[in-house]
Formats: sequence, C-alpha cells, structure tokens
Amino acid sequence: MTTSKTDPQSEAQPAAAGSASAGETAVGAGQRPRKAKHDGGAAAGGRSLLTWGAGGAGVVLLALLPLLNLSLPGVLPGPTYTPGSLQLLAMCMLMAAAALSYHLLLGVTGLLSFGHALYFGAGVYGLGVILDTFDIPLLPAMGLTLLLVIVLAHVVGAVGLRVTGIPFAMVTLAFAEAGHVLVGRNPGQATGGEEGLTLATENLPEALLGVANTRNLYWLALIVLLVVFAVVTWVQYSRAGHVAAAVRENELRVRVIGVQPYLVKLLVFVVGGVLASAVGMVYLLLQSGAVPRSLSADFTITLLVMVVLGGVGSRWGAIIGGVFYTLLDQRLTALAQSEAIAGLPDILRIPLSEPLFILGTLFILVVLFLPGGITGAVHRATLSRGQRRQAAARQRQALENAE
Amino acid sequence: MSQHPQPSADAAHAGATGAPAQAAAVQPAAAQAGAHARPVLEIAGLTAHIAGQQVVEDVSFSVPATGITALLGRNGVGKTSTIKAVIGLISRTGSVTLDGERIDKEPTFKIIRRGVGYVPEDREVFSKLTVAENLRLAERDASPRRQLVEELFPDLLKRASQMAGTLSGGQQQMVSLARALLNENKLLLIDEPTKGLAPKIVQEVAETLERAAETVPILLVEQNLQVVRQLAAGAVVLSGGRVVHTTASALEFLDNEDLTQRLLGVHADAGHGEDAAAGHGEDTDAGHGENAEAGHGEAAAPANTQTNPNGAQK
Amino acid sequence: MSTIVLLTVTGLGLGALYFLVASGLSLIYGLMGVLNFAHGSFLTLGAFAGWEFARRAGADNWWTFLGSLLVGAVVGALFAAFTEFVLIRKLYERHIEQVLVTVGLSLASVALFDGIWGTDTIHISGPEWFRETTGILGAQISNDRFVAIIAAVLVLLGLVFFLKRTRYGMIIRAGVESRSMVTALGIDVRKAFTLVFAIGGAAAGLGGVLASHYFQYVSPLLGGSLLIFAFIVTVIGGLGSLTGAAIASVVVALLQQFANFYLNGTGDFVVVVALALVLLFRPSGLLGRKS
Repeated sequence: MTTSKTDPQSEAQPAAAGSASAGETAVGAGQRPRKAKHDGGAAAGGRSLLTWGAGGAGVVLLALLPLLNLSLPGVLPGPTYTPGSLQLLAMCMLMAAAALSYHLLLGVTGLLSFGHALYFGAGVYGLGVILDTFDIPLLPAMGLTLLLVIVLAHVVGAVGLRVTGIPFAMVTLAFAEAGHVLVGRNPGQATGGEEGLTLATENLPEALLGVANTRNLYWLALIVLLVVFAVVTWVQYSRAGHVAAAVRENELRVRVIGVQPYLVKLLVFVVGGVLASAVGMVYLLLQSGAVPRSLSADFTITLLVMVVLGGVGSRWGAIIGGVFYTLLDQRLTALAQSEAIAGLPDILRIPLSEPLFILGTLFILVVLFLPGGITGAVHRATLSRGQRRQAAARQRQALENAE
Repeated sequence: MSQHPQPSADAAHAGATGAPAQAAAVQPAAAQAGAHARPVLEIAGLTAHIAGQQVVEDVSFSVPATGITALLGRNGVGKTSTIKAVIGLISRTGSVTLDGERIDKEPTFKIIRRGVGYVPEDREVFSKLTVAENLRLAERDASPRRQLVEELFPDLLKRASQMAGTLSGGQQQMVSLARALLNENKLLLIDEPTKGLAPKIVQEVAETLERAAETVPILLVEQNLQVVRQLAAGAVVLSGGRVVHTTASALEFLDNEDLTQRLLGVHADAGHGEDAAAGHGEDTDAGHGENAEAGHGEAAAPANTQTNPNGAQK
Repeated sequence: MSTIVLLTVTGLGLGALYFLVASGLSLIYGLMGVLNFAHGSFLTLGAFAGWEFARRAGADNWWTFLGSLLVGAVVGALFAAFTEFVLIRKLYERHIEQVLVTVGLSLASVALFDGIWGTDTIHISGPEWFRETTGILGAQISNDRFVAIIAAVLVLLGLVFFLKRTRYGMIIRAGVESRSMVTALGIDVRKAFTLVFAIGGAAAGLGGVLASHYFQYVSPLLGGSLLIFAFIVTVIGGLGSLTGAAIASVVVALLQQFANFYLNGTGDFVVVVALALVLLFRPSGLLGRKS
C-alpha cells in the first residue's frame, strides 16, 4: 500500500486498476477456457454454416450424378451415368454410412468395438436369409431384420458393456467372430456357408433389379447415407449424445452427477448397430448377395481404418474416410493387376500388388504422424501455428479419452 | 480459480501478473541461519493436466535443503498432482530444479535416480510381490542401506516372504517408506503417509519421518495437522491448483485460525488467532509490486468481485 | 471312454497352442495395457520361418524339427521386439493408438505374407513319428498332440521361473500391478516392455511352428484364427494373469472339443457363451485383478 503513495504513476491509476488486474488473475483461470470455447463456437458456427451449405449442394450434385455425363479418369471406371461408376459410387456412400455408424461408437461415445461387423453382417444376412426363406415382400422383410438386430444388439451390448476399454474391444470381437463362424458353418443350409448367399429376387420390386437399374440402387444408397447422417447428428446432439460425450471424457464424473452411463452407452451401441444393419441391407441389394466377410473382424477393422483415416470424432471424417478408403482400395486392386506392377522385381512387386499392405502401412503412418486423420490435417492447415499445436493435442486427447 | 476469488492478504501470488519464474522461497529459521541457502527443490510456473483438466496451475515454491516442508490444502486442491508433476508421473510444463539441475524434461525414472525418494498416496506397494521383493525392487544404490531399514522397521524383517498385499495398512506404509529410505536421497516426496492409520501407528510413522528428516529434506503432504505441527518447519498451502500461502513457520500458520479456516477448511485444533500471518505475507510478497498491492488490505475482496466483469472483458 | 480320452488329449493339444499365444498377449496387456492385434502375425511369421527352415534342412528328422522350433521362436521374438521398438514405443501411454498401430501392422503383414507365400494353405510334414499314434486307454492319439502339450508346459515352466526368479521377471510382475510405481522407483520400465514383447513373440513363434504341425499346414491366416480364441482365453483367464491364461486355455479348448463332438459342432458358440457368462458374473476374469 505504501508504494502507491510514493509512486505518482500508481497514484494516477485508481485503486480499481490494481484490483482489476487482481480480478483478472482471480477469474482468469475460470474464464479462459470458457472464453476460448466461445470463440471456437462462433468460428465453428460460421464454418458449420458453410459446411452445411456445401453439404446441401453436394447432396444435390450427388443426386444428379446418374443423369450427368461426367468423367473422373483415375477415380471412376467410366462416366458417371454408367452402371460401373454408379456401383462404385454407391459402394462409397454405403461405406461412408457404415463408417458413420461406427463413428457413433468410437467418435462420440469412445467405445472401441471390434465387433461392429456383426450388425452390418446381420443386416446383410438377416435380410438375405429372410427373403430366401419366407415369401414376404421387401419392406416387411427389412422390418423383421431390424427387429432381430435390435434384439441382438441389446444382448451383446448388455453383456459387453459390463467391461470397458480394451476388454470391451475383445468381447465385441468374440461375439462378432461367433456370428462369422455361424454363417460360415451354413446352419440349416440357410447361409450358403463360405460360398455365400445369392439374393433371392422373387419378392423384390423390379426397379431394384438388373444392371440397368443400378442408378435406383445408387439413389437408395444416397438416401441411406443421408438418413444415417441425420440420425447420427441427432443422437450426437441429443441429451443422450451429450451424456455419451461426457462419458467418453470422464465416466466417473458422469456417475457422480447421478446418470447411468451404462444405459446411455447401451442406447448408443444399439443405435449404431441398427444403423449398420440398415446399411448392410442395402449393401445386400447392391451386391446381389452376401459373403461371410461382411461379418468378419476384417470388416470391422476396415470400418475402424476408415474412421481413423478420416479423423476420429468427426462425422465428415467418417464420411471422407469411408469414401477415400473405398476408392483407394478399388484403385489399388486395379493397380495390383496392372502390367506396370507385374514387370517390377519381387521386392517391389509383392508389396505393391497387395492393396491391404499399402492400406495397412498408410494406416500406421496416419496413426503415428497424422493425429486427427485427413480432416484433422485439413483443419490444422487452416490454423495458425499456435492453434495448430493445440489442435493436435486435442486430437490426441480425443483418442486417449476413447479408452 | 473462480471458487477462490480472494487472494489472501499474504498470498504468494507468483502467478499471472508477477514474474512466474520467480519462486517464492520458504526460508525456515534453520536454513536462514545457515550460509548454504540453496533450496534442494525449486519449482517455478509448474502446470499440469490430467485428462485435459488442469490440476496444477502455475505453482511456484521451493523446498529448503533441510527439514520437513509441509504441502497443505483442502482435499483435491492438487497436492498429490503437484508431487506427481515434480517427478513427471503426470505431464507438466514449467521449471523444476533439483539441487541446481533442471529435471522438468526428464522421464520419471531418471529423476528418481538423481536421488528422489517417492512415497505415494495410498502406499502403492506391489501387493503380489513379497515384502523382500518390494524392497529389492527399490534398491538403486550399489550398497543400499538395508541395515537402516531393518533397524527402523524390524517388523518387516519377520515378514520378508509375506505377500505385501496381505499386510495391514500400517505395515504397507512401512514397506513404502522403507523403499524410499533404502537409497541415499537428496529429497523425499512423501504423500499422506498417515492416511487411514490408527493413532498409534500414526505416531510411529511420524517418528520415522522425524528421524529420516535428520539426514534428508522432505516435502510432506499431510492432512493430520497434529503431525504437521510436530514435524514441519515451513509450509506451502495450495488452493485450486495454485499456491496461496507460503510460510517459513508452519506453526505460526496453523496458529492463525482465520487462515487455516479459510485455506484448509479446518479449525486448527490448538492455537489462538494471533494475527501474525500478515507479517510474513509481506516477506514473501516483497517485489511482487502490483500483485501484492492488489492482494493487500480489506478492500481487496469486494474490489475483486466488482472488477470481475472487467477481467472477463479483457 | 476312449472317445473322452481322445477328446481330452486333443483338447489339451489345442489348449497348448492357445496358451502359447495367450501367454504373450496377457503379459503384454498386463504390463503395457496394449491389446496386440499383431500377435497373430508373430505366430504366422514364426510358422513360415520354421517351415522354410525345415524345408531346406530336410523336413523329416527330429533335429530339423527342433531347429525349426528355434527358428520360429527367434523370428517371432525379433519381429515382436521390432514392433515394440519402432511402432509401440512412439505412442507411449496412448493405448488406443497403440492398438490401432497393431491393427495396421496385422493388416499389412498378413497381406505381405499373402504376397510372399500365396493365399493357399501349404501342407507340411514333420518327423515320421508325428503322424503315428500312441494308444492311451484304448484311444489312438496322434503324436503331434503330445509335442504341443510338452512344449507348452515347458514354456509355462520357463515363464514362471523367469517371472519368479529374475529381476526382470520381478519388474514385469510389479509393472503389471502398477507401471507408474515401477518408474517411480527409478526403473526404466520401457526395457521391460521390449522384453515382454520379445518373450510374447517367441512364444507365439514357437506356437506357430507347433500349430503348423498340429493342423499340418501353414497359411497366412493361421495366426488370425488362433488369435481370436487367444483373446477369449485372455479375457476369461483374467487380463495380465499368466496362470489365468494357462487355466483358461485348457478350459476353453476342452469345452470346444467336447461341444464340437457331443453338441453338433457348436464348440465355438459354447466358448462365446462361456465368455459371456464369465463377463456377467466375473468381469475381471477368473484370475484377473478387480478393476
């Protein structure tokens, strides 16, 4: 206090100025993160408006593609109206939708499931077997399949969610493998065993059959993607979604405030499973058949790779990852069979002719060096250096929390 | 932190506006008298996070090279986190200097090998290892001081081949302390050694600490203020992850009922409100110009709350 | 009676293989919290390395067989140590990312094995004695079962000795309880990480050679199919518990064999049901720590 009397500078400053700085130090700690969030929120608001606009335009463009004559050499096998290209694009959208359903588990709730293929496969095989066995039209058959998946997801979720983290991953994997083995065993000659099942077409509408109608399937795939996106968005921003996100960050804290994380996790798990099965059903129609791979751990891992490549925690990441992976896989397969590769010496030819080797290596590199995947990298590129470091740290955190 | 908007009259606010690198040194009488006043541990601007949440915020203080320094505060103010951050068990930023050498970039095991003994909260003995194995695992020095440990904890000798998990709480604490005392250390970090122990055992632990402190400085987290009174020379008080008070005399702090009530949430069981604390508040704050000024006097508290909106606008 | 004996010994042989995979998985998880999806690849590479060695050295004598076991174990250990050192260590304490990296490695390595050795199964042969049978209580049991069982028992004894009697064993046991406390005693726990990976890889590589004799083929998918059951074994046994892994290996394999024989080939389901029951009533596994 004595200093203020001897120092003319501080006499000019009223006492309030001094205490203002004290006030800042006192509240600063509480205020800073909140303020940062606000800034982020405003920026994200502007960005998201832009994203939504671009998304809307993108949907219109996608819907029109079968009517247009666009060529993307190196990506698509032919112009966009040809069945080959439409088939590939539809596959991209279905994989994006499947990745989105997986995002609901990993990105939103932090559940690392290694058995998501079980629900996708249940959609594929459930519908396939029902159409093959019973004489009922498509929609009731789909409804019946959904019902079965809901029950299945509840049972597996109820058991699996008794553990968390890595044990949960192992348990979901075990259940999915049981399904995989079951389908491979061909019980009652219903699933066709390792050979797979051909789609029974007797009760299907004409519009979904034949190569000429591929564009109808394409539109169906687009609808599925949009519906899955809408549901995922809705769940993510619902009350349950907020609780799920809180569970991901700190389960204990959620328990302390008296919410049962178990039920919320189960809900998300079931919704994720149902969405995956819906995608699986359209996949069956698009592929005109089912193979056991759609139930395998490999397929779950494929979804995981898509989500991580695109960026964990981001819906757009899941979509981009799904599309990117599907296209890359297709191109790499084509590359593997090309003349150029066949002529190379063994040490180059063998790795380059294995698409999964390249994808696996790429995946490792992304995990090691590109936290946040593709969307994370793009996002960081648009930030200043200081923000960039923070963003990288946040993305690391997102995965750490997933445990 | 917002829950503690009032910096106490004598708060050592080495944070925000003050020079963060400047540690507010605790100088117990003994150390002041001695010529070699270099503290064994100097912490400046230490900040640490757990799962994205800040648990230690810009903490600065130092531990003198002799005696026991108590680290006090209510539950959950970051005492344990501060200790863990010092040895790198949780990731941290800021500067930590052990005996004149920076250790804040080093991994935990290297810090320990420099001569730090750590006795964690809840003891953390390896329950599926025997007592002897627990001790053998802790031996770092070429010639560990087995004799001293046997002398201090004769009980452990008898139970050498027993699984540590089957010991009583007090015995586990002995194992945990023995692990730290086996080696020649520059500093011991001891976190709530009397937690959950029977009064008789508490006294035994206190005596062990007193004896250990004859040869090595200790930073002690302790909730039992009776034990603090008995052992501690200086004290550092945390609140909301920050240092809010440092004193060279733990006794004087504990005797100040007003302060202990506010900072620890307890009535110091013995002692009467003698307003001595303000005295060394000035000592520790000297040179912190603006900060000290803001914190001083009765006007500080209302002024703070009034200027909160200003602070937010900034 | 002879059927029961046959099923039991066959089950024990299979259990031996599970144990060789699960022991490493369980130790790695227990110490480091890493779920190692690449563990199957360690096994597969060990199997191929052993086969390549045996093929060159003449497949049908005992010395070649023992040599191939050694080669399999060494190759498995080197691959595993390399994995830990190059991929896992960079992601210290970031467990999900560590899992992701092992997932990527298993994808890439299986694809590479496909490219090198082809996707078809390769039938292999060992010493003549392997294909002969030994009669026990009226059951004719193929001899390779005994080899697998004896090898697994030796590995178990070796691991127990290592864990109980050596300093690194002590560090690993302590680290399974609390990694951070081990480092807080001034011990560089990362050395133990590389070591458990190498040990786990060696057991898996050994298991690979034995599995290729048990099933009489090698293929790039050999490891993956055993890995899933090894996961189940580690969860049932209790993550991080070696004894738990040993008991659960035997229980799971016997359940599988008996259910396959008496319940219409439902072995795999019975195992998954067993897993579900264990999780419902004892989520930490038979011998696991309570979390």
